Amino acid sequence: MEKISGSQAIIRCLQEEGVKIIFGFPGGAVIDLYDALMDSDLINVLVRHEQGAVHAADGLARVTGEVGVALLTSGPGATNGVTAIATAYMDSIPMVILTGQVPTALIGNDAFQEVDIVGITRPCTKHNYLVKDAKDLVSTLREAFHIARTGRPGPVLVDLPKDVVAKMVDFPEKKPIRMQNYQPTYEPHPGQIEKACKKIIKAKNPVLYVGGGVILANAHEELTELARKLNIPVTMTLMGLGGFPGSDPLSMGMLGMHGSYTANMAVAHSDLLIAVGARFDDRVTGRLDAFAPHATIIHIDVDPTSISKNVKVDIPIVADCKYALTAINNWFNTASDFNREQVAASHEPWLATIDEWTKKHPMCYIDEGEIIKPQYVIEKLDELTHGDAIITTEVGQNQMWAAQFYKFNKPRQWATSGGLGTMGYGLPAAIGAKMAFPDKTVIDVAGDGSIQMNIQELATAKQYKCPVKVAILNNNYLGMVRQWQELFYNKRYAGTVMEVTPDFVLLAQAYGAVGLRATKKSEVEAVIKEALATDNTVIMDFAIAREECVFPMVPAGKATTEMLLV
Amino acid sequence: MKHTISVLLQNKPGVLSRVTGLFSGRGFNIESLSVAETLEASISCLTLVTRGDEAIIEQITKQLHKLIDVIKVSDISDSEYVEREMVLIRVKAEAQSRAEVLRVIDIFRGKVVDVSPRSYTVEVTGSASKVQAIIDILKPIGIQEIVRTGTIAMARASKK
Ligand SMILES: Cc1ncc(C[n+]2csc(CCOP(=O)(O)OP(=O)(O)O)c2C)c(N)n1
Ligand SMILES: [Mg+2]
Repeated sequence: MEKISGSQAIIRCLQEEGVKIIFGFPGGAVIDLYDALMDSDLINVLVRHEQGAVHAADGLARVTGEVGVALLTSGPGATNGVTAIATAYMDSIPMVILTGQVPTALIGNDAFQEVDIVGITRPCTKHNYLVKDAKDLVSTLREAFHIARTGRPGPVLVDLPKDVVAKMVDFPEKKPIRMQNYQPTYEPHPGQIEKACKKIIKAKNPVLYVGGGVILANAHEELTELARKLNIPVTMTLMGLGGFPGSDPLSMGMLGMHGSYTANMAVAHSDLLIAVGARFDDRVTGRLDAFAPHATIIHIDVDPTSISKNVKVDIPIVADCKYALTAINNWFNTASDFNREQVAASHEPWLATIDEWTKKHPMCYIDEGEIIKPQYVIEKLDELTHGDAIITTEVGQNQMWAAQFYKFNKPRQWATSGGLGTMGYGLPAAIGAKMAFPDKTVIDVAGDGSIQMNIQELATAKQYKCPVKVAILNNNYLGMVRQWQELFYNKRYAGTVMEVTPDFVLLAQAYGAVGLRATKKSEVEAVIKEALATDNTVIMDFAIAREECVFPMVPAGKATTEMLLV
Repeated sequence: MKHTISVLLQNKPGVLSRVTGLFSGRGFNIESLSVAETLEASISCLTLVTRGDEAIIEQITKQLHKLIDVIKVSDISDSEYVEREMVLIRVKAEAQSRAEVLRVIDIFRGKVVDVSPRSYTVEVTGSASKVQAIIDILKPIGIQEIVRTGTIAMARASKK
């Protein structure tokens, strides 16, 4: 067999897996790999900080469903990536992170730029490897991709000592991967499906509670079919937005801490909660004993550890969401002792109650003339992009307003750091998304605080002609923390007032991007239109009502029915 | 409730730290842990004693199973099983107490494995509670040092 270098083998593995773009930052330990990249057709995006590389790969993965790939050097390169790896891990994003490592002979010697990245990332990767022997290189990479994208997806890190990558290796043909110790369950248990369906028929007040798993499993069509067929109202988690069309009359929007009044009330009064690819996060459940207290709970999840972790489940279904929903739909399509119209009609009184809640407390805000309300900015973004843009976010109030007021009708148009809540996620993620879909409008909804955490990636956007748009909802505060201080800490704004903030318009210009500003409501539309029409990276700086709060809000540890409202 | 969990895992570097990291990261406790190769050198068997209510034990077994390098997890305290632990005890044995110490060792079917003018080193195997019992009895006489292995356990073979 013809031998090739380890770095060439790695690149062939990437090509074999369908990778087209990788994000990275070089250093001594990965020069060989970079050298080999030069001769390949892979697009190699040079970011400005390793956190940006991993978030960009994550953004690409979320909008495409493919495995995102990042390449970092050893030591500080690898540690700089850790926050972004943890971000992907918390949200179950399929990624492979390649890190350089010092030569095997030096491992353990506190060599220059040595760090035990496998040890450091053990709790924030789905799995990780240190390749000590060149003959394991190809099989390890193939396994890494397999693990990253199957079952409950997640980031997998492969640490590559410099000498291993330099060795000559065989490149055997790829065979289907079978791992004795790793076999995710895809097919649901038919008995559990039948049990679930029989419960669904009997329920008077059912609610579908949809999480990011539906999007990861590409199960939105099956979910939509089920909801519409049986007339079941749907609420989504932050990660689940787009899993069901946000403008559908059956959509109640998001639930949880900043969810809609309707969604939280519906869950609290439901007699059957059908959780699909969701994990009963504390931001969703609020006080646990008051969460869905009257409901029988059906839980579909590919990860058995998610089931009955926080909330005791009555009918667990361990399966891929797509397979399970297909089985449920099939059961309803073929069962004889059941009348679809009758079941759908029986939910009308429940839907009427839900309508009442929405009428009483719709998702809303108070208009204050020429003062720019952040919610208005999001509504305008939604309107002017026809609800069709890819939206990424930073973290804080900006993120919650984007989640509440943009109507996500399709999956994979929404990339936000849900589980870890990582400020600085949005801009690099937007770059990753835009690199994957150059023809789509990609907007990072940002806060003035968060955007500064990875602002350096404006240069990346510029270099790769990647005209992402950044909409800063500028309140000159670390707004979400300030909101907690306003509501629960006697308005003592400790550490949340940013006395110095850059002039974002000038800052954009310094990077060769375009900066636009709106300080009055009447300027908002023109700024957005101009940004969308500009073939360049644009920062829109919206001077918003400084002390606007995100409502509804369920204070931490309270029942989800105890909402603070507008 | 105390549970004894037996885990088969790949015998590779770093695997044990995945297990212990899981326990510390998720706040599960480990009362004892013992690990060694199986008949197949590429696979190790780990016996772990932990405590928790039903929900916690369910999470522990599921989380262990989720580790890629873990092949099989069984909560062997769910069925009939045998468990053993071994202890080495260096106990003070001077003229007036030597006979007394030997008597105790005999009752527990222990063995003296090392002798010095002023001490015996004793080996005892048995369930964790038997091991604890001899320690408690020898303590007043004067234990200088002990080393325990932690529990190993095996489900009983089917009687059919
Ligand atoms: C890396 C990181 N550090 C700290 C936090 C805590 N935190 C959550 S929201 C927030 C404020 C964010 O401010 P800004 O980006 O201006 O957004 P706003 O809430 O004002 O919209 C902070 C500090 C975090 N989520 N991530
Ligand atoms: Mg702010």
